[in-house]
Amino acid sequence: MNNKTRTPLFHVARRAALPWYKSWAIRGGAVLLALLVCGLITTLVTGEDPIAVYAAMWAGSFGTSRRIWVLLQNIAMLLCVSLAVTPAFRMRCWNLGGEGQALIGCLASAACMILLSGKLSNGLVILCMIVTSILAGAVWAGIPAFFKAKYNTNETLFTLMMNYVATQLVAYFCVVWENPKGSGQIGIINPNSQIGWFPVIAGQKYLLNILVVAVVCVAMHIYLNYSKHGYEIAVVGESERTARYVGIKVERVIVRTMLLSGALCGLAGLLLVGSTNHTLTPTLVEGRGFTAVMVAWLAKFNPVWMILTSLLLVFLSRGAGEIATNFGLNSSFGDILTGVILFFIIGSEFFINYQIKLTKGAGKEK
Amino acid sequence: MKKIIALILALTMVFALAACGKKAEPEATPEPTFPFDNDSTPFDVSTLTSDDVKNVKVGFIFLHDETSTYDLNFMNAAKQACENCGVEYVIKTNVPEGQECYDKAAELVDAGCTVVFADSFGHESFMIQAAKEFPDVQFCHATGTQAHSAGLPNFHNAFATIFEGRYLGGVAAGMKLNQMIEEGKITADQAKIGYIGAYPYAEVKSGYTSFFLGARSVCPSATMEVTFTNSWFSPDLEKEAAIKLIDRGCVLLSEHADSMGAPTECESKGIPFVFYNGSAAADCPNTFIIASRINWVTFMEVMIGRVAKGETLNADWTGTLANGAVEMTELNENVAAPGTAEKLEEVKAALIAGTTKVFDTSTFTVGGKPVTTYQADVNDLGTFTPDTESIVGGEFAESVFRSAPSFDIDIDGITNIDA
Repeated sequence: MNNKTRTPLFHVARRAALPWYKSWAIRGGAVLLALLVCGLITTLVTGEDPIAVYAAMWAGSFGTSRRIWVLLQNIAMLLCVSLAVTPAFRMRCWNLGGEGQALIGCLASAACMILLSGKLSNGLVILCMIVTSILAGAVWAGIPAFFKAKYNTNETLFTLMMNYVATQLVAYFCVVWENPKGSGQIGIINPNSQIGWFPVIAGQKYLLNILVVAVVCVAMHIYLNYSKHGYEIAVVGESERTARYVGIKVERVIVRTMLLSGALCGLAGLLLVGSTNHTLTPTLVEGRGFTAVMVAWLAKFNPVWMILTSLLLVFLSRGAGEIATNFGLNSSFGDILTGVILFFIIGSEFFINYQIKLTKGAGKEK
Repeated sequence: MKKIIALILALTMVFALAACGKKAEPEATPEPTFPFDNDSTPFDVSTLTSDDVKNVKVGFIFLHDETSTYDLNFMNAAKQACENCGVEYVIKTNVPEGQECYDKAAELVDAGCTVVFADSFGHESFMIQAAKEFPDVQFCHATGTQAHSAGLPNFHNAFATIFEGRYLGGVAAGMKLNQMIEEGKITADQAKIGYIGAYPYAEVKSGYTSFFLGARSVCPSATMEVTFTNSWFSPDLEKEAAIKLIDRGCVLLSEHADSMGAPTECESKGIPFVFYNGSAAADCPNTFIIASRINWVTFMEVMIGRVAKGETLNADWTGTLANGAVEMTELNENVAAPGTAEKLEEVKAALIAGTTKVFDTSTFTVGGKPVTTYQADVNDLGTFTPDTESIVGGEFAESVFRSAPSFDIDIDGITNIDA
């Protein structure tokens, strides 16, 4: 044996589970470090005062009461899609089709508003919107679920592809229902009669969405942690074989959970069209189906923590926009800062799960 | 499964209950009357005093950022007009055509803006929504169609007779075609123009028809093929469209879409082209001929100046060649045919004097017959009902009743290759 074995300076070891306050201290430290690096980059690249940049970022979300409402609305919508994909994720079924499932819900809602206005009363139009958009979302998730359960197809690719189908369908119907003719745009649907517009609660046009999503969030927490279904999902996620062994019908759980996933995405689409936008465009969901993946992962698929992670992501993106406006920087600069912060946050998970140990006697030859 | 159904049902009931709270019957909208209220007077900024402008703050909402030639044209104008008038301003970029447009407009009002301007067609409904909520703030929207029929005193549309500029661009293109024929590069029958449009509606149709009429006024054998990208800004689609048209034998291109996709393709294949929004001479020195553009400074000065003076804005405002809102970029002499500059001066003077009319009914036919009567959809009520006789005094009255174009006739000589 060669007795000149070199010992490395440090080695990485898996940690035992950390108490919650330590893991959150690491995360908090990562955020602080990220802000520091962002400040450094800002000063070096643009010469702006980093404190002023952070102030602008803060003002972008909390500057006025209107901005706080918009912030809450954006959190609610992102959270809704994130909650929707979570049960599937817990089952280790990677539903990347949240975007398309929500968009197809938007399409169903808009179709009801356009085709049924004047034929049914407002209440019935809204009822149709609710039923069709939730069903549409469920069907959009149900198709890949069926193929996964039946033929074991790859749900990641399948759901991803379904997004593009949904986008193209919406683009097609934007031309069918365009106003004015040839413009390829629908504009606000029923602007005068307001048929299919959800009621405004207490004079706040975003309150309804926020309340609905809060209810969904609590329900999802209970469903995942305290129901038989939730337990089945957890078991299937841990090991399909174990699940089969204990008599869980895995295929049924997959299809059922994906249907739920899609239905909630459809609900998000419904809220986007019926409650806030009252229009239909191929970009109406604004990538929330993909951002939701990050929200769910960062929160370790815990519905209550997801409130925090969606707050963080919405805060970052609105702050980025505000920086671009206030300092006349291209909006890409805001995206760079968001990227830096996310890098640190995701990186911090490494230090929560692993520790770096200095090797005793490192550098010395034995 | 039962629980999912129960969940869906529960949600349904929540909504149904909420829905019951609202009146089932929609409010009856009063039958509106639509007086046309279209003005094109410029504003003299030298009459503004610092007292006039001290309470004026302008908010701008732009669809993209400076990477889009369309938005860049607006951004430059916004900065210049605000400097000329000496007013404060705020610019919001990358605002999509959805609820966020309303949110941004409301935020600008919160920030103390007394005038809010949006630049994209799809922003209009959301600007109207904001205008209804903030009656003390003036909302101006470029390229929109609804101001004269919306019945809101604080919502205004603006556009320019860019068809005059495109006609001039067409004249330059026609001169180039003549040169190519004389030099024997093509025969007279091969004088085929390719045109890339964004969407097949009045704004684009009016644009390519005027371009074609300009070209044919100097090169009688010219024909044109049109294709649509169904997007305002897509470098890829515009490049593909350019390749398609060039493959079909088009020898000169023009476009009404906002990226550099087509010009760069033309430059690499040596196909001369006429551009829009701004010059492409720097990137395409060997093929760029000339571009027409709207100089939005003129309208923005009107908007700011009248608000500062406490005067009312008309429902519509139309920029023209005469008032300086329609401009041509510098001619690229390396590519343009000899004598183009002189010819353009001559045609421009004739257009301003009214001796040459772009949509002169004696210069085009539909199905081989001249057009003597045409009902255009000028009142935009979402019903597409032709409502206004637009052939007046031997020409199509474009941008007369409202600022946005309403010419949507398919004339002989132009082929839509997507149809």
